[in-house]
Amino acid sequence: MKNRSFIARNPSILVFLACLGLFTVAVTIASEGFGLGLISTSFVKTLGKTLCLCLVAVAMDLIWGYCGILSLGHFAFFGLGGYMIGMWLMYERTRLIVTESMAAQQIPPTPQEVIDSIGTQIFGVVGSSEFPLIWSFAHSLTLQLILVVAVPGLLALVFGWLAFRSRVTGVYLSILTQAMTLALALYLFQNDSGLRGNNGLSGLQNLPGVTASQDVVSIWFLWASALALGLGYLLAAFVVSGKFGSVIRGIRDNEARVRFLGYSVETYKLAMFTLTACIAGIAGALYYPQAGIINPAEIAPIASIYLAVWVAIGGRGRLYGAVIGAALVSLVSTYFTGGQAPDIPLGFYTISWVDWWTVLLGLTFVLVTLFAPKGIGGLFDLVTARLPSNRHGADYGPDAGAKREEEGQ
Amino acid sequence: MIKALQALALFCALTLSAPALAQDSTAETPADEAAQAAPAEMGPIQTLLQQHAADLAKPSRRTIQPVIDALAGSGLEGMQQVLQVWEAREMYQRESDGWFFKGEKGPDRTIILTDFDSGEALEPVPSGEVDNLKPNSGVRGLIASALVRFQLLDPNAARRQDALTAISRNPDASHLEPLAASIDEEPSPALKAQKQRLLTLLTISFGADEDARIAAIESVAGDLNVDTRATLNPLVATTLKAAEGEPTGNIARTLRPGSEELPRNAAYDMAAAAADLPARIEPSDRRNALQANIADGAVGGVPLSELNTIEARERAYAALVEAGTVAPAPTEAEIDAALARFTFYEEYAEPSPFVTEAANAALRSIDTKVGLNTTLDLGLDALSLASIYFLAAIGLAITFGVMGVINMAHGEFIMMGAYTGYVVQQMIPNHTVSIIVAIPLAFAVTFAAGVAMERLVIRWLYNRPLETLLATFGISIALQQLAKNIFGTQARPLTAPGWLDGQWQINEIVGISMIRVAIFVLAIVFLLFFLFLMKKTRLGLETRAVTQNPRMAASMGINPGRVNMLTFGLGSGIAGIAGVAIGLYAKVTSELGADYIVQSFMTVVVGGVGNIWGTLLGAGMIGSLQKGIEWLNPSNTLAAQTYMIIFIIIFIQFRPRGIIALKGRAAGD
Repeated sequence: MKNRSFIARNPSILVFLACLGLFTVAVTIASEGFGLGLISTSFVKTLGKTLCLCLVAVAMDLIWGYCGILSLGHFAFFGLGGYMIGMWLMYERTRLIVTESMAAQQIPPTPQEVIDSIGTQIFGVVGSSEFPLIWSFAHSLTLQLILVVAVPGLLALVFGWLAFRSRVTGVYLSILTQAMTLALALYLFQNDSGLRGNNGLSGLQNLPGVTASQDVVSIWFLWASALALGLGYLLAAFVVSGKFGSVIRGIRDNEARVRFLGYSVETYKLAMFTLTACIAGIAGALYYPQAGIINPAEIAPIASIYLAVWVAIGGRGRLYGAVIGAALVSLVSTYFTGGQAPDIPLGFYTISWVDWWTVLLGLTFVLVTLFAPKGIGGLFDLVTARLPSNRHGADYGPDAGAKREEEGQ
Repeated sequence: MIKALQALALFCALTLSAPALAQDSTAETPADEAAQAAPAEMGPIQTLLQQHAADLAKPSRRTIQPVIDALAGSGLEGMQQVLQVWEAREMYQRESDGWFFKGEKGPDRTIILTDFDSGEALEPVPSGEVDNLKPNSGVRGLIASALVRFQLLDPNAARRQDALTAISRNPDASHLEPLAASIDEEPSPALKAQKQRLLTLLTISFGADEDARIAAIESVAGDLNVDTRATLNPLVATTLKAAEGEPTGNIARTLRPGSEELPRNAAYDMAAAAADLPARIEPSDRRNALQANIADGAVGGVPLSELNTIEARERAYAALVEAGTVAPAPTEAEIDAALARFTFYEEYAEPSPFVTEAANAALRSIDTKVGLNTTLDLGLDALSLASIYFLAAIGLAITFGVMGVINMAHGEFIMMGAYTGYVVQQMIPNHTVSIIVAIPLAFAVTFAAGVAMERLVIRWLYNRPLETLLATFGISIALQQLAKNIFGTQARPLTAPGWLDGQWQINEIVGISMIRVAIFVLAIVFLLFFLFLMKKTRLGLETRAVTQNPRMAASMGINPGRVNMLTFGLGSGIAGIAGVAIGLYAKVTSELGADYIVQSFMTVVVGGVGNIWGTLLGAGMIGSLQKGIEWLNPSNTLAAQTYMIIFIIIFIQFRPRGIIALKGRAAGD
């Protein structure tokens, strides 16, 4: 067992990467930018965004499915990543436009005039022209890329340290993470938060200095998202496969026992929390340039709860389950809420999917939680015949906190 | 051509009418003479009026004051009536002899004149033979203020009250003396007190004697009335001034240029205006000036390509000044030098430093008192907010405390209760009855919903609290969307009965709306009900037993399933009632519950589970925190919520299990 390689121990990784690669190649060939033009650019963007959502779902699965922390704050990290890249995109693009317009004048502008003009362009909408302190690094792509990882990571580190150290666990922790998300969203909603209040950052789909059309750019982002998802999946699989992963799962199943075995539970949890926040930040940084706009409504607590819903429907505790859940639910949601689904006339009442999809989703979710705790991913167990011996629903141990049948495969 | 003709015609008309005007003015002179010729027939009032006949006929605001003073100060009986008639635009002048009369419109375009002295009505005269005097509003204001002194002594108390109202609305130095004179004779104690108060305020503003003013100012210290502050504030009003060397006058304070209150540029602009220094030039103006003087790819000898620094632009501009093409502008160094020479200070409009000192002291004491009252008002606000949170959270605390289940759909139960109230109100138009019906009905509806949810979903998930959270979230979004589909997205009104309208005003500052009082009472009722239920009934005993140890309770013959079901139903039912209460002052929408759910969670988390007092303390803390932070930064309720949540996260560090935590085995792991 020990001598076998990491990949060999996790054959699902190869299958997953192969599927992802095939998918990317297929979309590229069918796209308008590079291939046959079978898939519209906007749908390519939707697919690219879905890949980013899959990545953040993988992060959610790591923290919830493997570590047992139901975080309702990972979409906040996702949004923060988007804001960080959005700041550079918006600054640089505005700078190019401003420089171009100023080059037409006879007297060359002073550096201060350029900065003031950019400030007016960006912050005019919230009645300001000064650059807030948090935009100090917006001129540098490298620094902002570092911030994409650093800001969510740091927030997770501080918050997690405070929360884990005071042994806030279970439902309490979920509520606390939800509160954190709400606080962040409310803060960003203010005009003087320095991130344009509820206007958010916009025009992010235009890469500064790139003249290629959106047809091509959307494919680039699809590739980048697929690459990030592949690497994130590998990293996640690596993290949960070794001894570290065993401890993490131990914490999920019985935190107190792991603590009594001498492990520093808080450190492990903090490491996982921060790592997943960083992954979420990267996913957000790839998502929002494809969406084109980010505003504080994106990181409202409900978004993080939906993230948990995706992972639960896909199947917790297995990484491909999270990916499947996120991809399926978000794509189906887009289909139903986009008004494309045909209405169902019942004679006395017409079911319009735009109105009834959320009801259906909510009820589906209850049913999945009740009757299929393994989610869609559980179907693969049928295929691979990895079903454990049937214990007729009984837990492994006598106590309420004991490992349950559905966790113990 | 036509225009020229028109102009000519106009000119002719003007020249023709000019003699007519001249005739009018000459016609008045014989009338004056006639009046003087027949003084014997005139009463004293008419005589006085005739002395000022020209001013009365054509009054102007600037010149009429001495005339009004003469009339009002004459001491003649009936002069009050004359002034009233004049103010009411009912005074007429007879064209034939220039006498003044009170006039009324009679039949057939005639005017019935009444003599001021005798009070006798004369024969109606055609309206063409008399001129109606129509003083403009400025003059009428002056007349009205002269009338005040008569009204202050009017036998009719309502008139005196009107006079006092008029004075307080439009205070003036001339009121001081008649007001002071009228106090001793005032029979009504209430009006007397009011007069004295007004006199104090007038003395503060217009008193001649400094000591009297200071005494008056000191006497109003701590008075919460708005007009007291309105009287004192002008005394300490300041104007910002700049002077070379030591300033004179009653100086409030000196300012340093470059500070936040006095930016450097503004200071220089003031100094430049005061001492005729060259005006500062804005960078953009300088840029435009340079732009306008480009010659051969350079400005003032500086090549265009080098003009991308401030320093180079100043150099180029200086060259232009040298050449005389633009006005000189100060350099930064010159601005600094000018600022060093000047003192910038705020000067009181009031010259006496003792008065301003006393006024400041009085205002400070008023501010302290206002502050105390605002705190009290804030406390009441916080209390009412706390009772709302308490109502919203109490159900959640029960389910969470007893069953360890977080019910994300709790907010939707609140919403359900509010919509129940709305539906009931559609059927029963009487608001009072409908609310009385709605409260138990809301309880019944949400109780049933809660029991159904517990039986169908939650009891299968007792060992998996996190999944309960998600399953109830699924129910929550489904219910919310369902409400949207049924009732639409627009807000529905839930109207409070009439006796809950309005405010309970304690003083000028402290007040609370009756609905909030009612919600507070409702919260108290629920607290008592809950305490009774838990401590005195069989169900409460069983619930407490299940809370502490479900297995042991089951061994003792208690059916935990039944207890859980009833507890969950109870918690949901209270949420429904909270929904009715919240719906009374907030609009009923499908997001109503979602707006309160996070605060309810916070209340439970901060308060600690399984203890009603904990919930109470938690609600109190969250309510007062939110109000307190809102008070610190009133313009920004979003920031208030952000800071509150951060505070709660920090608070959890010190009491991870809430203010009142369960101890021992009941606390679980």
